[in-house]
Amino acid sequence: MFSLEKRKTPSKAWSLATPILAVALTMIAGAIMFSLLGKPPLEALRTIFIDPIFSEQFGAYSRPQLLVKAGPLILIAIGLSLGFRAGIWNIGAEGQYIMGAIFGAAAGLALYPLEAWWIFPMMVIVGCLGGLLWAMIPAILRTHFNTNEILVSLLLVYVAEEILKAMATGALRNPDGGGFPGSRNLSKWVSSQNTEIIANSGMHWGVVTAFITVIFAYVLLSRHMLGFHIQLAGQSPRAAKFAGVNPKALVITCMGIAGGLAGLAGLFEVTGPAGQISTDFNSGYGFTAIIVAFLGRLHPVGIVLAGLLMALTYIGGELAQLMLGLPAASIQAFQGMLLFFLLAVDVLTNYRIRMNKGAK
Amino acid sequence: MKLTSILKGAVAALALTGAAMADGHEKTKVGFVYVGPIADGGWTTEHNNGRLAIEEAFGDAVETTYVEKVPEGADAERVMTQMALTGHDLIFTTSFGYMDPTNNVAEKFPDVKFEHATGYKRLHDNVTTYSARFYEGRAVIGHIAGKMTETNKIGYIASVPIPEVIRGINAAYLHAKKANPEVEMKIVWTFGWEDAAKEGDAARALIEQGVDVIMQHTDTTAPMLVAEEAGAYAFGQASDMSAAGPTAHLTSIIDNWAPYYIERTQAVIDGTWEQKDTWDGISTGMVEFAEFSDAIPADVLAEAIAMKDAIAAGEYHPFTGPINKQDGSVYLAEGETPEDGPLAGMNFYVEGIVGDVPQ
Repeated sequence: MFSLEKRKTPSKAWSLATPILAVALTMIAGAIMFSLLGKPPLEALRTIFIDPIFSEQFGAYSRPQLLVKAGPLILIAIGLSLGFRAGIWNIGAEGQYIMGAIFGAAAGLALYPLEAWWIFPMMVIVGCLGGLLWAMIPAILRTHFNTNEILVSLLLVYVAEEILKAMATGALRNPDGGGFPGSRNLSKWVSSQNTEIIANSGMHWGVVTAFITVIFAYVLLSRHMLGFHIQLAGQSPRAAKFAGVNPKALVITCMGIAGGLAGLAGLFEVTGPAGQISTDFNSGYGFTAIIVAFLGRLHPVGIVLAGLLMALTYIGGELAQLMLGLPAASIQAFQGMLLFFLLAVDVLTNYRIRMNKGAK
Repeated sequence: MKLTSILKGAVAALALTGAAMADGHEKTKVGFVYVGPIADGGWTTEHNNGRLAIEEAFGDAVETTYVEKVPEGADAERVMTQMALTGHDLIFTTSFGYMDPTNNVAEKFPDVKFEHATGYKRLHDNVTTYSARFYEGRAVIGHIAGKMTETNKIGYIASVPIPEVIRGINAAYLHAKKANPEVEMKIVWTFGWEDAAKEGDAARALIEQGVDVIMQHTDTTAPMLVAEEAGAYAFGQASDMSAAGPTAHLTSIIDNWAPYYIERTQAVIDGTWEQKDTWDGISTGMVEFAEFSDAIPADVLAEAIAMKDAIAAGEYHPFTGPINKQDGSVYLAEGETPEDGPLAGMNFYVEGIVGDVPQ
């Protein structure tokens, strides 16, 4: 029969091939599921993977939407990946994303209806600070009181959600909104709007920031001392100590970067695609970004591809519901399969399959 | 300046695409954007029943589509745009939080008709809003609740603090109090429409505090299931929830959207669709009740039905003065009833309710 033998070093070839293999396996399993649901399987796969990009009818709209959906995922995932590489587990990006949006929106709305060019950049900075400060809570609790940052950062998501609800129904509520919750629409106020840089390209400031961040992360990891320290701390904490890495400073730095980037993502979302602070402004980007980070192998380029792929399954999934009447649950199952196969075939990167010939 | 003109051009181009699409196909295409799953057994189920009623009424002349579990905000806007781009003529967006997205997309597709449930913004000629006078149903079940409670404690699971929900709480409280002056109402806010775990926990917490009749303004059957387990009574919301609690279920307020959806689809086919704001109640059948439980004593049932009939006939308004606000100031004088405008924006509790509207 078969047996698994651990490789001395992970296979380079397989680490590139496994994502492709996983996508192929997902398509096969997905096709089986769709046909069991009584839907044409090939048409379903085409609607999910090909139509959003190549459809003549609506491709011009859905292509940019891929960037809009992937932008925040990539931005957050890049921040998380630095910490994850160093063994610092920030699970609370969703909360940092919310706080970034609240801080930035509040700073802007305090000046409403003033029109000035500096309002949006100021909101961007405050939004970044909001996420950063929220991430500092689990970071400082870990460095000074040795608490577990996984738990603290996760639980702070729920605190942030409560603050969001209080803000949407209280302090930030639109005074002209007839008593309904939700802030003024920031994407409609010229001074605060996060516009597309080129019309209908989907390239709003958040997407641009995401791509710049990818480049910075790449350079940081491959060229900079901090990047070396991050990798070392993750692979061998003892060796890192000898190399002069200060573990506390590393926790603060990694959590700060992740929180700041998540805060930026929230700010760009609330001033652009979402438009306003509402009771359910957050739609899970902070959690999905964790998946994107791992799907992308914690590598900046991998994260870009993973973010775009996740965005594609979301947008294609909606289309499949719309065009073929597939239930939403089947789309979520399909996304789940993709992650399952990715992790499952990962075994090939680290292990070799051996055929055992009979009894010895 | 330059950017604005580019944007305007792009919008115009999009609008043109929309127009070509609207003429390019024969069947009338009707799309639905749902906030929950179609099997939620409440709010979304009833909207989906309305969709199925359109299919039944028009057969091959109409094609309907839907996307379920669409988050409010950017995702909703994308789904609506995709619908407009794929040749839909009429789009129903069935959650309050779709208000801004609906208006944003409507601006880009002037030839597509949009119908937004429970909102108040009609910024463009092709946006209509519609809602039901759920508070009429709340008055009737409030009366039943006041009579049925033995502990004199009624629980209310509220969703999002918008006027529609606050109005429902007030209507239920006023009529429970009238039926039973000893009654106390405990309110729990879940800040969401669709969270079975939270709603179930809320129901459990209420029952632990001595509540024996539960009302809900949320979409899942979780509170009904909890009430059934605990031996309490409960009222279903939006759809007939009797299956979830055969003995707990007293009745449900049913939102019957089917006649309205059929009427609006017909208007699109005939080319007579116009913007309007609909707010119908028991009288047109938009608000209905599920079968009343045998557990309700005959005299209470007779009173409830009399109230329902009086509301339907326009003889009784659930908000008839004297009613004071929570702070003791006068809301309505003796015999006075509110105008629809201010009633639609009701943002305060009436006198006697403990707690604050979440701010």
